[in-house]
Amino acid sequence: MTVYLLCLILFLIGVYCILIKRNLIKIIIGLGIMEYGLFLFFVLVGYRMRGRAPILEPDQIIADMVDPLPQALVLTAIVIGLATTALLATLAMRLYEKYGTFDITQIRKLRG
Amino acid sequence: MNITPLFIVLPLGGAFLTPLLGKRWKYFPGAACNIITFCMLCLSIAAVAMVYRYGIIMYRVGGWMPPVGIALVLDSLSAFMLVTVNLVAFIVAVYSIDYMKMYTARWNFYTLFLLMIAGMNGMIITGDLFNLFVFLEIASIASYALVAFGTEQEELEAAFKYAVMGSLASSLILLGIALLYGFTSTLNMADMAQIIAGRRGSQLLLFVSGLFIMGFGLKTALIPFHAWLPDAHPSAPAPISAMLSGVLIKTLGIYSLMRIFFSILGMTDAVLNILLALGAVSMAIGVFLAIGQWDFKRLLAYHSISQVGYVMLGIGLGTPLGILGGLFHLFNHSIFKSLLFLNSGAVVYATGTRDLRLMGGLKERMPVTAATSFIASMSISGVPPFNGFWSKLVIIVACVQGGRYGYAFLAALVSLITLASFMKVQRYAFYGRLGEKWRHAAEVPFSMRFAMIVMAAACLFGGALLLPSISAPFLKGAEEALLLGTGYAGRVMENLK
Repeated sequence: MTVYLLCLILFLIGVYCILIKRNLIKIIIGLGIMEYGLFLFFVLVGYRMRGRAPILEPDQIIADMVDPLPQALVLTAIVIGLATTALLATLAMRLYEKYGTFDITQIRKLRG
Repeated sequence: MNITPLFIVLPLGGAFLTPLLGKRWKYFPGAACNIITFCMLCLSIAAVAMVYRYGIIMYRVGGWMPPVGIALVLDSLSAFMLVTVNLVAFIVAVYSIDYMKMYTARWNFYTLFLLMIAGMNGMIITGDLFNLFVFLEIASIASYALVAFGTEQEELEAAFKYAVMGSLASSLILLGIALLYGFTSTLNMADMAQIIAGRRGSQLLLFVSGLFIMGFGLKTALIPFHAWLPDAHPSAPAPISAMLSGVLIKTLGIYSLMRIFFSILGMTDAVLNILLALGAVSMAIGVFLAIGQWDFKRLLAYHSISQVGYVMLGIGLGTPLGILGGLFHLFNHSIFKSLLFLNSGAVVYATGTRDLRLMGGLKERMPVTAATSFIASMSISGVPPFNGFWSKLVIIVACVQGGRYGYAFLAALVSLITLASFMKVQRYAFYGRLGEKWRHAAEVPFSMRFAMIVMAAACLFGGALLLPSISAPFLKGAEEALLLGTGYAGRVMENLK
């Protein structure tokens, strides 16, 4: 139970970061933290207490194995997260070139 | 031969080849993009006919048997969405030939454009929930990059905001998928639907429903979640605005909501009421936010929120007629909103401004743009005989039939305000006295005119889709696929044997 709560706390720290922080880079980091909380939770969904890796060998019966599918899915999701983070970092760099600041309260050309 | 995987393979292959060959042969990216989107339009129309004749078409990716392997499932709802997406994509590709001459690095544009189409087509035909998430992210990331394509201050700012909100939405969706996987131990949609149907009334399903409504609501820009849309959609190049407003928010948001709630989780009255309320609120507030805008494209973006509200309202009614109206309005909106964004692009191309106050009298210099934008304005306001009138009529009749007179009244009222708002556009941009500055503004090149005229013709004759012989495979088929509800699982499983 505790591990799930810790995942939730990590997720909420990320959401807090996105909503409260003014620095573009910190927002990107917040997004990363939120995603990692989520990925940890997803891996835990497939975890079993004292389970072992699902590697099948001949003449062996595996009683307790960890579900490998969430791990594969999380790997995919991490790659997607990488693409998003890279794109966001590029945008932040270009924004810094244009405005000379990372502060979102000063980057306000759009409104209404 | 099974045509299902081609909808993903063709645009993905095009997106791969474009950066390789596009730098060397200047005309390759545009030509390839046009040929591919045209092929997909033909294929999607063929798909409608095939699904109508043979029922669901399945494809097993890599030859693995579902539910272990990934399945692509083409049913009548998917076929309907495919036609919508690929029709707009083809028209936009034709339009881009001349419009994108304003920009440098065109092959970047075509690569991202094809990736976005691959993502959307993939989402529509996949039968696997995690695969849906992957395609959703492909389409989303391509669209973040396309919003920033101009790399000016506003574009970058809008793209950053859009990317953060979009990633938040994706995370919520992924959390919902993780919880559903923990609950059912499967990712195949049909398999999942059967397991969930066996265990009704879990608290977890309520939580997951909430997550999906928030996540896909953010992607659709329903009203409490709409803050990014009015910045992101106008900032993209005009053809991309047309794609974003015309089909992206519908594929990413509405289609996924429909597929997940109707076919997998099973629709409940509570969810229908939430969708109904969200739709009505978006419809009303969106139009009030729109009417005060002076930026042409920003005004159109707010109208997208309002018009998507109509679609949600129709689907939220949950009656056969309501769903038919919602789907019909989805199709019509993708046509006339794309056309309006293409018109705004034409105006920007000729004059270089998006501010309605600076325009005026452009009708004399740009007759084709003015005429097509007039048709689109009348369509979106629901004036007969254009297509918007028919779909709004169906939705309002469905509201009255369902005994929801308040919603029917609201829908009619919003339509009037929409008309007022587009009267303002026509008055300031195209009628009135020709501004001194625009005395030498010229009509746009052929490919842009061609795209706008085709769309205007579609607006004019769109009402014909309600004729029984045309609507049976197309609209009626999609409506029946939704009404089938979790019966979708049974059809798919039958097909596997």
